[in-house]
Amino acid sequence: MTQTVLDVENLKIHFHLRGSGLSRLLGKEGGVVKAVDDITIELQRGEVLGLVGESGSGKTTLGRAVLGLVPTTSGSIEYTSSDSGEAVDISKLKGKALRKQRTELQMVFQDPNAALNPSMTIETQVGHPLVVHGRAKGEELKRKVADVLERVGLSPAEQFMSKYPSDLSGGQKQRAVIARAIILEPEVLVADEPVSMLDMSVRAKILQLMLNLKNDLGLTYIYITHDLATAKFFCDRVAIMYLGKIVEIGPTAEIFAHPRHPYTQALLKAIPDVDPTKLVPRDLPRGEIPDAARPPRGCSFHPRCPLAKAECGWEPRDLKSLVEEHWTRVPVDEFEHESMVVGGLVELNTDAGSVKVQPTKGGTVDEIWAMFTRIKEENPNEPLWTGVTRMEKVADGVEFDFAEPAEIFLHPAGESEVACVRY
Amino acid sequence: MSVLFPEPNKDRPVPPLGKGLPPLYDGSLIGKKDFVEEAVCPIEATVPLGEEAEEAERLGIAAKPDPTVPVIDAQRIRIWYGTPKGAVRAVDDVSFYIGKGEILGLVGESGSGKSTIGRGLLGLLPDGSVMDGKLEFKGEDLLALTDKERFKMRGRNLAMIFQEPLTRLNPLMRVSEHFTETLRTHFPKMTDAEIEERSLSVLKTIGIPPTRWMAYPHEFSGGMRQRIMIALALVLRPAFVVADEPTTALDVLVEAQIVRILRDLKEEFDTALLLITHNLGIIAEACDRVAVMYAGKIVEIGDAREVFANPQHPYTQELLRSTITLTTDGLHSIPGAPPNLIDPPSGCHFHPRCPRAMKQCALAEPPMRNVHGGDSKPGTTDAACWLNPALSFPEENRAPLEREAIADAEEA
Repeated sequence: MTQTVLDVENLKIHFHLRGSGLSRLLGKEGGVVKAVDDITIELQRGEVLGLVGESGSGKTTLGRAVLGLVPTTSGSIEYTSSDSGEAVDISKLKGKALRKQRTELQMVFQDPNAALNPSMTIETQVGHPLVVHGRAKGEELKRKVADVLERVGLSPAEQFMSKYPSDLSGGQKQRAVIARAIILEPEVLVADEPVSMLDMSVRAKILQLMLNLKNDLGLTYIYITHDLATAKFFCDRVAIMYLGKIVEIGPTAEIFAHPRHPYTQALLKAIPDVDPTKLVPRDLPRGEIPDAARPPRGCSFHPRCPLAKAECGWEPRDLKSLVEEHWTRVPVDEFEHESMVVGGLVELNTDAGSVKVQPTKGGTVDEIWAMFTRIKEENPNEPLWTGVTRMEKVADGVEFDFAEPAEIFLHPAGESEVACVRY
Repeated sequence: MSVLFPEPNKDRPVPPLGKGLPPLYDGSLIGKKDFVEEAVCPIEATVPLGEEAEEAERLGIAAKPDPTVPVIDAQRIRIWYGTPKGAVRAVDDVSFYIGKGEILGLVGESGSGKSTIGRGLLGLLPDGSVMDGKLEFKGEDLLALTDKERFKMRGRNLAMIFQEPLTRLNPLMRVSEHFTETLRTHFPKMTDAEIEERSLSVLKTIGIPPTRWMAYPHEFSGGMRQRIMIALALVLRPAFVVADEPTTALDVLVEAQIVRILRDLKEEFDTALLLITHNLGIIAEACDRVAVMYAGKIVEIGDAREVFANPQHPYTQELLRSTITLTTDGLHSIPGAPPNLIDPPSGCHFHPRCPRAMKQCALAEPPMRNVHGGDSKPGTTDAACWLNPALSFPEENRAPLEREAIADAEEA
């Protein structure tokens, strides 16, 4: 019987940027970073859900929001306790109620060196949650700490209790962090890159420990990682995140056997294999994850997508990247001439649906037209050109119109759900 | 005595700080003699480096510049750090070479000494460390140079690409100023136009558009910054570059882009590269040859394809098994933890964790030998392991080594 532990609905977490002093004086708004943008996800009791994405994809923010560590902008995070069966919205909780709620939801942090207090003994910090919540003291506290240390493999416990974090190795510290997280007997553990700081030969041990704990204690995990290989091994379901949105979600086996979103496909192809005869293909997505304060129009992945189509949300900024890419290939004198003709292309710094490129004082419309024609001829298969509905020479410049972006949302495809216009 | 931190072995002489190392390589047989005495059964000694060098000098072949001379030839390198608890043998008797346009991958876990080697090759070791052995760059003895001479070598001949591009670029300097500073230091007479032309041509091959010439580091993404770091190292056209974990802070897709750039370096710049990483996948992706390090020693070195397809040293085998890849269907880990390098284990450093350890492994250090016997051959592997059939020792020492069980917690 499956039972929903966490029900996240239409969750949005937006961070406001302050902007410069002058723009604040003038009353202008700074930008908004949509760290988590309209995410709906369910967590079943006893499952391991993987949140996979590159840095800046919002996976850590989502994980922290589940614990009430980040203020949410809108949406709800409903948690159903197995004891009471009552549902509470974590995003609405505050103060004491929120702290009490945290006994059932705990976190394992990425960097065990930073997560442990260097001036507390292992006994003190592993037992700290019990003291904070008034669950145990004296001999009972000591006994509980010893039990949990034995459980995470720090045995004999007596030997570790009086130690400081600096006496322990990386793997042992991470065991202590896990011990502190499970000492309150939580139901859900959010593990944020629990093994990424550890050496290869230790990673397997910590993952094995987490699997054992899950089976012994009936835990439910949210496993946050950028490493698809451990996610494949560790998770029951995987959600692939890109720029604050889930682009693909489904059972682990399905995602890895039939990756549908071009981003998932690219991630899987980019992992270097230990077999030197299998090389990473050369046709990987260009560029990097875009600025979250100014996300691309339409699908966030379209500027890098090798399979992008007309309706993916092409815009003037993509045209600028294309021109800059062209300039890395041409001789320096050609670059100097062309950049003299079109200037810094500042008019392309927009996500508007149409734009006009005007010549600088030293250039003419014909020269601009010739440059864009050359760039188009260089690579007519560039997906950007499918999204340009009009490129026209007018009296004072060259005008471009871009296709309207299609609405992107998660569609069912096979056993997974994919947010891509191709499905 | 704590289980985690055994007290240093009093029988082992520890060099006093600041007085240098006890001699290991002085062109003679000292290192090997020690080894032969330690071994239960003497093994066949190869021609020592000293005699070889003398022979070369007598024949007059050493003086001529030789295209077959490797760009970097490191023989019996030791780098020890002084600490209040004793000398840490971070790198202990390591030998390798890197040819022109070749990428040697150096792989190992944290604390294995791989970064120390990289810094040692460039002469960037911190105070309190000592280095000895033989280190030649295109036949020139680097360790005999004065600090000033080595300073001149750096940049122009030897360069380094660091791990964190954000902290290595000066936030107050434009990209153009970084390049101007680099080039002016080595070529004071270069004009601004020449600097710009040379820098832009390198930046272009690395994929940075010339429009970004006047930008500041914060205007670039992480991958772009690492590209700038690589371009800064390459603009002086060094013959040898050390790249220390160049992709660790980057995302998978960007990592693949940077690895591709490193792999293409030899076509564009003919650079010899030492690629230091803990990621076996990157080694397999980019390197021609690979050296596997464990506890300050190279345990296996050879052609990358060969090492990954037929790992010879048990540590390499275990490391490959414990690596989690997309094809992993079971978890495997190496029991125990890397040793304390102030007081490393006797014999083979890996014997306390080795699943195939024999009595011999605790008694004597295994010599580095070709796995097919005889000298190193291109396309084959050298390993330092007593399991190598080319090594002989008393038959009774082949019995499995009896050890105390390793506790779960006693790990890295």
